[in-house]
Amino acid sequence: MEAATAGTTSPARPARKRVSDRARAERRLGWLLCLPAVIVMIAVTAYPIVYAVYLSLLRADLRFPDEQKFIGFDNYITVLSSGLWWSDFGRTMLITVVSVSLELVLGMLLALVMHRALVGRGLVRTASLIPYGIVTVVAAYAWLLAFSTPSGGFIPHWLGIDHDLVDQAHPVTSLLVVIGAEVWKTTPFMALLLLAGLALVPDEMHEAAKVDGASAWQRFWRITVPLMKPAILVALLFRTLDAFRIFDSAFIIGQNGTNPKIETVSILGYNQLLNRLNLGLGSAVSVLIFLSVMLIAVFFIRVLGTSRPGEGS
Amino acid sequence: MDGGLRNRRILGWAATDALVLVVALFPVLWILMLSLKSPGTVTDGRFLPSEWSLENYRNIFEQDVFTRALLNSFGIAAIATAIAVVLASMAAYAIARLNFPGKAIMLGAALMIAMFPPISIVGPLYNMWRNLGLFDTWPGLIIPYLTFALPLAIYTLTAFFREIPWELEQAAQVDGATPFQAFRKVIVPLAAPGVATTAILVFIFCWNDFVFAVSLTSTSAAQTVPAALSQFPGASQFTAPYGSIAAAAVIVTIPIIILVMIFQRRIVAGLTAGAVKG
Repeated sequence: MEAATAGTTSPARPARKRVSDRARAERRLGWLLCLPAVIVMIAVTAYPIVYAVYLSLLRADLRFPDEQKFIGFDNYITVLSSGLWWSDFGRTMLITVVSVSLELVLGMLLALVMHRALVGRGLVRTASLIPYGIVTVVAAYAWLLAFSTPSGGFIPHWLGIDHDLVDQAHPVTSLLVVIGAEVWKTTPFMALLLLAGLALVPDEMHEAAKVDGASAWQRFWRITVPLMKPAILVALLFRTLDAFRIFDSAFIIGQNGTNPKIETVSILGYNQLLNRLNLGLGSAVSVLIFLSVMLIAVFFIRVLGTSRPGEGS
Repeated sequence: MDGGLRNRRILGWAATDALVLVVALFPVLWILMLSLKSPGTVTDGRFLPSEWSLENYRNIFEQDVFTRALLNSFGIAAIATAIAVVLASMAAYAIARLNFPGKAIMLGAALMIAMFPPISIVGPLYNMWRNLGLFDTWPGLIIPYLTFALPLAIYTLTAFFREIPWELEQAAQVDGATPFQAFRKVIVPLAAPGVATTAILVFIFCWNDFVFAVSLTSTSAAQTVPAALSQFPGASQFTAPYGSIAAAAVIVTIPIIILVMIFQRRIVAGLTAGAVKG
């Protein structure tokens, strides 16, 4: 723009040079401003993940430091041929699918309440932000202590049950409590992401469809859902990746990761790394979790066509 | 007739609101009630205390474990938030206002890191931190928190900065303000709400972390509240720690409730800004 106005009074060449100097300065400033953030992000993620890949190819057991040596893919073979990895993987996927589906339905209902309620919208938003903001470990304790008999949980008491609902002998209820805690804590986040999408659906379209005799149910499925599809996919992507990494609540509800019936892949990695101090096997688990997360992200972006947030504009 | 219909609809919404409130607050209420039971009645299986008492609170504040953890949580989260917001503001300003190649890569990389499973780097960090002397120290937690807070902060701030009418800065300069005055008097007040919102979200994020806290600390030197909670001792060898856990859980929830009550609107705006508008 400046080049055009400058060009009318002075020869084109110096003007263009001035602009390109400016562009170069701007470029340099842009890089300079991003540099510190980039350095921190790369130093603490890229380097350790490369290091994790390296460790995963070693026999590296901190209890026997003298026996460290390169063993190729042996750790991966050990992990992938163990029933433990696959049962934990299956359980993690089950928790992910069940809780994200429930969150989608409940989150959509909550978003509709936040969007449409005639009274108390502010109150509903404030109240739902509390589960979002509460420390996950605290939420997990609230659920664990409510369902466990030794700690005097009120739920078994109310239901007249005298056995513990969250011990190793009761895997199904334990798993349900983990899912319940997860859904309770994260539905508000899902609802807020969906609410932002809901705000993009123009009211006039609803009015027009209403005039044409469409029922509320039809309007929801034919207008709201299709227009909200990008927001729904982004919310699902965020929550699926987050749910697959589940650690805090399953760890606490599983009595510090000791209940194998609710062990997830992240807890398996933690136990290998920090309880057994087997860095080699633990790193192999870590790398496999990393690859699973990448596969889920690729599935959402490539197969379902989720737009990456931040693109556009 | 019409008024009756309207009243009925208002009543219907009020009932829906009440349902949401009960579901959202019930677990919090339960942990509060549990914390107010006297140590002897903690495990009685009732919802309401049969004997109200502040004994559990007195116990945790008499223990160094909890007060140190509270200090660690505040200090570590505050320092990580301050640094993350400064670094992210610089990057977000560049992304929102300047033209330079690599912008898209920058945002993409930030997004990838936001999706990164923390457990994948806990092992290497544990090993590295022990060799560097960072294990069980404040910087040992601040550094990973920074990394995972930065993508969140950059996304949120970029979305806010794109909304700022930057022309005002030039207008002020035309009116005779120095560049510094123009920045301080015009841009800073416009950017402040976005920066404050980002700081709140980042603080909540750091306050909440458990994976790093439980893996990279071992003593009161750097253990934060979530990690300390999971290893809480009872008030004595013979009492289970549930009452203390409940009391500590209530204490760490108070700052969150205060933040949410004061900044409800901003938190909603901040959470949705990064994700949808981009």
